[in-house]
Amino acid sequence: MPYLLLLLLASQPVVADLSSARQAELLNMLKHDCGSCHGLPPKGGLGPSLMADAIADKTDALLFDAIQNGRAGTAMPAWRPFLNAEETHWMIQRLRQP
Amino acid sequence: MNLKLWRCLIVITGWLLWSALNAEPRASGDLGLVIERETGSVLIINTTTASTLSRIDNLGDLSHASVVFSRDQRYAYVFGRDGGLSKIDLLQDKLVKRIVQSGNSIGGAISQDGKLIAVSNYTPGGVKIFAADTLELLADLPAEYGDEHKRSKVVGLVDAPGQKFVCSLFEANQIWLIDAKNPRQPQVTKFEDIGAQPYDALLTPDGHFYAAGLFGEKGLALLDLWQPENGVEHILADYGKDDEQMPVYKMPHLEGWTVAGDLLFVPAVGQHEVLVIDQRDWQLIKRIPVAGQPVFVMSRPDARQVWVNFAFPDNQTVQVIDVKDFSVIQTLQPGKAVLHMEFTPRGEAVWMAVRDEDKVVVYDTDSFRQSAQLPARKPSGIFFSNRANQLGL
Repeated sequence: MPYLLLLLLASQPVVADLSSARQAELLNMLKHDCGSCHGLPPKGGLGPSLMADAIADKTDALLFDAIQNGRAGTAMPAWRPFLNAEETHWMIQRLRQP
Repeated sequence: MNLKLWRCLIVITGWLLWSALNAEPRASGDLGLVIERETGSVLIINTTTASTLSRIDNLGDLSHASVVFSRDQRYAYVFGRDGGLSKIDLLQDKLVKRIVQSGNSIGGAISQDGKLIAVSNYTPGGVKIFAADTLELLADLPAEYGDEHKRSKVVGLVDAPGQKFVCSLFEANQIWLIDAKNPRQPQVTKFEDIGAQPYDALLTPDGHFYAAGLFGEKGLALLDLWQPENGVEHILADYGKDDEQMPVYKMPHLEGWTVAGDLLFVPAVGQHEVLVIDQRDWQLIKRIPVAGQPVFVMSRPDARQVWVNFAFPDNQTVQVIDVKDFSVIQTLQPGKAVLHMEFTPRGEAVWMAVRDEDKVVVYDTDSFRQSAQLPARKPSGIFFSNRANQLGL
């Protein structure tokens, strides 16, 4: 059931009501914490490239699941404790911007 | 030539001579580099005066970077994320040469004789060897493995005695011992099935042992470089195997060690612990609880103290372990996102990069008080020139 809820959340359109302070925090996180494995810009490192063209064929649901729950068998951890659904969507949208 | 021109020449010559006589000569033993990860620049700093001398720009993507020094401590070689290899002249504050030698790299090493630079690459996975003076490519060793000739990311590259390099292959689960006596045709000895996903490695300061940390399973892969024919041993394979594994928000790094007696201090992967290993029998003798998941576990040069920084979300904290009794004697909060630490050559001070506060702080390791602070743009790694004379760095 919680998983179903996640899927539902994942398909929700993004509501851009994150405070600008939180957006700045998320951007810093994207650059520096995600960037420690994915690079800055995120052209890949230990983790794969997250550049807009590299993730163009990945669905939002897949990216959402990877960020929230991590990827088993890889070094990608679950970021659920630090990112709610809305923030995760914000991150994905940000990555998709060319 | 007319008189006017002569006068002009005399004035210029005089001025040049005067400048040369007054220019302060610079020594290189107390210099270092601070990486600015977001802007792709480095600061050249002086550790005696705790000051910034210059900034070198246009070094590409330094979101992950490391540095080695020439043995005369004049040049620093910066390995960038984008495969960039940059040679910087510390005496003249300038970039001497920069090449982009791969798509994605993680680090490098300088050979025992100082004449070779080796780089470990993620994309395409492998090791490349360059001439230290010209950065001419001498050898390319693709990290191919398996029947399909896939290429592995290469990590934990260090120099070793006998003009050798040692590295680990993240996906291939191998350690390679590279003999570069003939740098155009290096000889590679491959050790297979050394353990799952080696993520980084260290060389003991005497050059005797190479230890690779494993991400995919517990413990470390250990190679005795005095007896490589004995193969790689998997140590600490069973410790804490029933403990709950926590998600890892930043890969630990292995480059610090301490040899107080025969002790080795390493970060525990996915645990809030520093592991203490007795080098005589490679047994785990202590698990020290700490404030978060350790990233760097680095000993002060005299090995009395071990300083530890942590992965997100505990990266505002630094702890100090007293090697005498393994107790945590200090918990410091130098600022938001402490990424790296570097000790001055004899360890009276430690420099720490505080990324999210755009500063480098210097702490006295006796009083644990801040003694200086320097502005830096999103600083990450700090590297001092005394590394030039240390094996494995």
